[in-house]
This record gives sequence, structure tokens and C-alpha cells, in this order.
Amino acid sequence: MTDTSKLQYTAEHEWIVVDGNVATVGITAYAAEKLGDVVFVELPEVGSTVAGGTVVGEIESTKSVGELFAPVNGTVTATNDQVVESPELVNSDPFGAGWLIKVEFETLPTLLTFAEYSALIGE
Amino acid sequence: MTSAESSIPAPPLTERFSPLHQAHVDAGASFTDFAGWQMPVRYSSDLAEHHAVRHEAGLFDLSHMAEILVEGPDAASYLDYALAGKLSVIELGRAKYSLLLAENGGIIDDLVVYRRGDEQFLIVANAGNRYAVVEALTTRAAAFDVRVVDESDDYALIAVQGPRALAILEATTEIAELGTELRFMKYYRATDAAFRAAPLLVARTGYTGEDGFELYIAPDHALELWDALTRAGADKGLVPAGLASRDTLRLEAGMPLYGHELTITTLAAQAGLGRVVNLDKENDFVGRAASEVGPVSGAPVLVGLMSAGKRAGRAGYEIFRSLDTDTSDGSITSGALSPTLGYPIAMAYVTPDLARLGTEVYVDVRGTRIPATVTSLPFYKRIK
Repeated sequence: MTDTSKLQYTAEHEWIVVDGNVATVGITAYAAEKLGDVVFVELPEVGSTVAGGTVVGEIESTKSVGELFAPVNGTVTATNDQVVESPELVNSDPFGAGWLIKVEFETLPTLLTFAEYSALIGE
Repeated sequence: MTSAESSIPAPPLTERFSPLHQAHVDAGASFTDFAGWQMPVRYSSDLAEHHAVRHEAGLFDLSHMAEILVEGPDAASYLDYALAGKLSVIELGRAKYSLLLAENGGIIDDLVVYRRGDEQFLIVANAGNRYAVVEALTTRAAAFDVRVVDESDDYALIAVQGPRALAILEATTEIAELGTELRFMKYYRATDAAFRAAPLLVARTGYTGEDGFELYIAPDHALELWDALTRAGADKGLVPAGLASRDTLRLEAGMPLYGHELTITTLAAQAGLGRVVNLDKENDFVGRAASEVGPVSGAPVLVGLMSAGKRAGRAGYEIFRSLDTDTSDGSITSGALSPTLGYPIAMAYVTPDLARLGTEVYVDVRGTRIPATVTSLPFYKRIK
């Protein structure tokens, strides 16, 4: 079980865990809950260059469409094929098996701490 | 008419809660604002709730819906004037789907009308249109010996929908059947019953494309009824179901939703509801002249669309006749990845030359044009 207090966050309801110069990115349980059952996930190509703050993918539920933002400038080194195959992983395990992309970056922007994100969503 | 002179209460500014609110909170529901009401959007999974209704049963809180009583010696002839259908001919204990039209033929609301007596009818309207419906019905009553009473606050409404709905109601021992035995009740019929000592109206109606019942009861008894149904359904796969699943269920069943497929600028004929407007009845009715003229030539018409893949067009997305045309040929009013069928479905208004079954069109899904085929409604029909 992921210790969510150790993760970093964005105001777009994404979580980031940093290992060296690679950031693993997913959406938070709060975002997954707001979306409802996720039925389709579109992720960027491995090897593509992404700019922090831009839309690089989509997370669709029966009711609505969520956008996936790149939290950092960098290159996509991996995408989660399992979540494309089984989008419900975003709901069942948003902080674990529901991860979406890994991005190699040079510099990490300022992200939200667990406390800051919790305050943002009013918890 | 100024508000000072009006006898119609103004819409409340504060959010409203169903008498079943605590049951939803206890069941872990997420809530959404619906016409000023905080209503359950889902309990855990909208997909699971959708599938439960298709295969077993779902329990819905629809207490936000509006109920309006019409009674008096002229009730039947009044409704023939006020509504688009011929309500005077419906028999006691029967229900009829109808439309409340504006003078220009536009749709103020779609309704279900129950005949409760020779001179008494109950009209069920959409929550968001409650005040518009009461105002129109009241204004139209001027020349008739009839009373129009907004009884919305006197009713909670609980729906049990799905193939096991009958079995669940029959297992709810606290419900005493006063009229027809439920198993002999046909679709779009209603009967008086009792839940413990409280009066209960049981209607075999719904908005999911499945068999099911809608139960009208005083708000004070709603929680007890909800709990009794939950207990009776525990071994029959009954789950509480929210508005998210209700929306995908009604979309699969090709049922229009006010504000999406039906609006004040839509004529019934455009929405495929021409049969609901009875031009054979002899009397005048509000919207008759405009309905006889019909939509202007080239006015968009409602169609069903299906696509391959998983990316669904949604309300507001535009339709194009080809990959490279610049001018929009219509737009989607409701769309989703169909949980039952597994592919995207939508209802859309398109220019009439694209409305023929089998026509290939394109849906602009956030910048990408995805092929779609015009198909017949409903998308899903239960096997009886």
C-alpha cells in the first residue's frame, strides 16, 4: 500500500513519485472518485517529449472526461499498458497499479506536499 | 405577472435534501446537484449499479421529481387542453406519457400522467421544471372548474428497477396490495396500496428500459420503505443506484432527457415524439396550431448514433458529414460508452438529410473526427 503522505501532488489532482530523475505520475483517489468509473485511458507515446502543464492524455469515465497533464518537462520513458487494458485500475488502485506514465526530467518544478494537497481538496 | 401577484412559490435558493439523504450518506454515496437537490450520483461504482439494474435490480431515490394534482369536474377536458395528449380517455389506474407544450409548440416538460379517479389525475414532472409546469398548468386552468395543486413536497419517490423488481416487491411483506396484485399489473398501470399504515401508490413505470416499479409515499415514511425494500432485496441482488447509472440506463433505452433531447425550442416531431401530440383530438390545446404546422423545413431531427472503439461523443460535441467539412451538421445531446453494449452510443440532432438509418457521419471528439453510424432507437431493448 502506497504511503500517500510521501507523494508529491499537483493542483490538477495528480500524484508524483520521484526516483532519481524519473517521475511516475498518476491521478489521485480524489480525482478518480470525482470522475466515477474510468472506462478509457489514452496515454502519450513512449519517447515523446512533453511540456509541463500541457495535456498529454485523457481519462474518460462513463460521465466525464479528465485530462492528464504532464507535471514536468521531459521525455516519456514508460506508459502503463495494464491501465490501458483495464482502465478500472485507476479507480481500484489509483496510487499503485493505476499509475499512468513515467517521465524523465532535468529539473523538478515546485509541487504540492501531501498537507498542501489535502488542504486543496478540503480534507 | 409580478412575483407579488403570483400565487406560485419562488424556487428555493438553498439546496434541498431528499428525505432519504441519511440512507445515502450511510451507504457511502457521492452527491451531485440536480435542480437544486443534493442527490446520489453513485454509491460505489456507476457501472456496477448499471449492470445490477440490467441483470438483477437497482433501488433509486427520485424524491426530487415533482408531483402535481389536478382535480375537479373538468379535470379530464382541462388536461386535453393543457397537454399534448388525449388524457380524458385514459382509464382509471392507467398512466400515460405526455408533453406540456408552449404556444409555439416548444416543450416545457415531458410528464407522466396517472388517472387516479374520474375527476382526479396526478402529474409527475421533472424536478428542474417544477415551477414552470405548475405555472403553466395553473394559467391554463383559468376557464375550467379544476384545481391544480403542487404536491411535490408531499411525496417521496422510490424506484425499484430491473428483472427482479417484481420478486423484490412481492418479498416486501410490509406492502399490502389494495388493488391489483402486482404480478398481474401491466406496464404503465398504477394501483393504490399500503406500506404498513401509510398510503402507497405503486406504478409499474420507469426510466431504465427494464421492468420495474415506482413507489410514491409520504416523506415521513420514505426511509422505512427504503429500508424494507433493501432488506427484501438483499438476497435478490438489489443495490442502491445513483443518477449516473440512471442516465446511462435511459440513454441505452433511447429515452429522452429534458434539457438534452427536449427543450423549449424543440418541437415534438423533431424529437421523434410526434405520436405523443394528438392532432386527432377534436378540442384545441396549447401548442396545437404550431404542432400542425410542424418544424420548419431543414430543422434538425433526433437520431441514434453508434461508433466503434471506446471514445464516446458527449453532449455538445458536433457532428460533421465528412472528414473535411467546416460547417457543423448537428450536435450530440447525450452520449456515453454504453456499459451494456460496450461501444459508444449517442443521441444527436442532425440535419434531416443525414437522418436515414445507416448514414455515416463524424463526431468531433475533442479535435478528432470519429466515424459514427445513424442507428435506430432504442439502442437496448429488454427481452420480455
